[in-house]
Amino acid sequence: MKLMTCPVNGTRPVSEFVYWGEIRPMPDPDACSDDEWAAYVFNRNGAPGVKKEWWCHTPSNTWFIAERDTEKDFVLRTYLYGDDR
Amino acid sequence: MPWRLLRFGLSKSHPEPRMFTTHDTLKPSYDVVIIGGGGHGLASAYYLARDHGITNVAVLEKGYIGGGNTGRNTTIIRSNYLTPEGVKFYDKSVQLWQDLSTEFDLNLFFSTRGHFTLAHTDSAMRTMRWRAEVNKHYGIASEVVGPEDVKRATPQMDLSCGGHAPIQGALYHAPGAVARHDAVAWGYGRGADMRGAEIHQQTAVTGIEVKGGKVVGVHTTRGFIATNKVICAVAGFTPRITDMVGIRTPIYIHPLQAMVSEPMKPWLDSILVSGSLHIYVSQSSRGELVMGASLDPYEVQSTRSTLDFPEGLSAHLLDMFPFLSHVKVVRQWAGMADMTPDFAPIMGMTPVEGFYLDSGWGTWGFKATPVCGKTMAWTVANDKPHELITGFSLDRFRNYALTGEKGAASVGH
Repeated sequence: MKLMTCPVNGTRPVSEFVYWGEIRPMPDPDACSDDEWAAYVFNRNGAPGVKKEWWCHTPSNTWFIAERDTEKDFVLRTYLYGDDR
Repeated sequence: MPWRLLRFGLSKSHPEPRMFTTHDTLKPSYDVVIIGGGGHGLASAYYLARDHGITNVAVLEKGYIGGGNTGRNTTIIRSNYLTPEGVKFYDKSVQLWQDLSTEFDLNLFFSTRGHFTLAHTDSAMRTMRWRAEVNKHYGIASEVVGPEDVKRATPQMDLSCGGHAPIQGALYHAPGAVARHDAVAWGYGRGADMRGAEIHQQTAVTGIEVKGGKVVGVHTTRGFIATNKVICAVAGFTPRITDMVGIRTPIYIHPLQAMVSEPMKPWLDSILVSGSLHIYVSQSSRGELVMGASLDPYEVQSTRSTLDFPEGLSAHLLDMFPFLSHVKVVRQWAGMADMTPDFAPIMGMTPVEGFYLDSGWGTWGFKATPVCGKTMAWTVANDKPHELITGFSLDRFRNYALTGEKGAASVGH
């Protein structure tokens, strides 16, 4: 069984979690060009690497950030939004 | 026979020809370099040589021929898609499949079985009717049938699916077929090799040289090759290659897992797919049940498989066929699916001149092998997109003109 550590509820089976993709900073919709906005909407970093991702522990609805190596499927650390220090 | 085999084993020169020539060195330059020695890449090399007379071609394969998603899929061939672009494209592929064994003089075990997409809900029935109407409009054999027709084709099935997902009907597609997948790569490879293309296994691409917006060469683990045209047909490795030329795409990689049962006497004629139960199953010519499910739920760029996959898939299979409870699973594996937001591929020209993409093949690429080779070869030879792939171009995202194939491309989405 694969495991994921929720910063609030501790280590739980990964089936209790939902993956919501890599964190992507949103450009200002009023200031950016159509191409920049389309790139934000569609494009992804598909190559492997250590990525900061949104995950949610669904039974408690706890949204948090996981830093994960997407090639080895290894979680380096997890923390709540704003606790990145 | 064993003596003959022993004689070959002890002999230094093999008197029987190998499937393809092994080349000791790379040439300093090629007209076209194809990255990826799977079905798509080898088919492109084959049609470049056969239809367009372009034979100074190298196919570079990091591992071995057909060892990627070509050998990892569940071999289903069909054309009952949802969009006009998809239906026309996959129909051409199904037509090409019919003659391949004869063309290659190699038995691909191509077997037309009939394909049922089961509907367990009213909304699934609505999608089936929609698909049937689009399909019929383009001359594809595709119709909505009732539970009694499913029962007639597969009397062993529990039509209530354990009582919790009773079958309302199905989309029936008579041309649905299966084939031996690795043989397809070998057939195209041998055909390309015979016509002069070079296949280089164990040769990974480490970089692509671009000057003034044009491709000028490829760096490999065995040295530099000068070329002006590169086809990228690497499925789950696509983002790593597009990063080399600085192209951003919507492609993201999730593993897709599959498994086979121990061999049984033939009992399942049809190919069965259920979106609600997240399963597709057919019986191979060896008697094994070949089974697949939906994508793994998060991004991973490796081909490791998980234990909860056979557990979940088996539970759903037993809903359909309770009598299989004593059948053993003998193998499971995973492939890296290069997914797109609209479940249609990304094919053709790119902003980098001479860099051609055959990508975004996610979970639906095997059936398209012949038509991808044919259309990519045409596109490279004429330097403009083939009419069948204009709906699959990379710039459709920039223009918000997506080709929404989600309702027909996959299960469990």
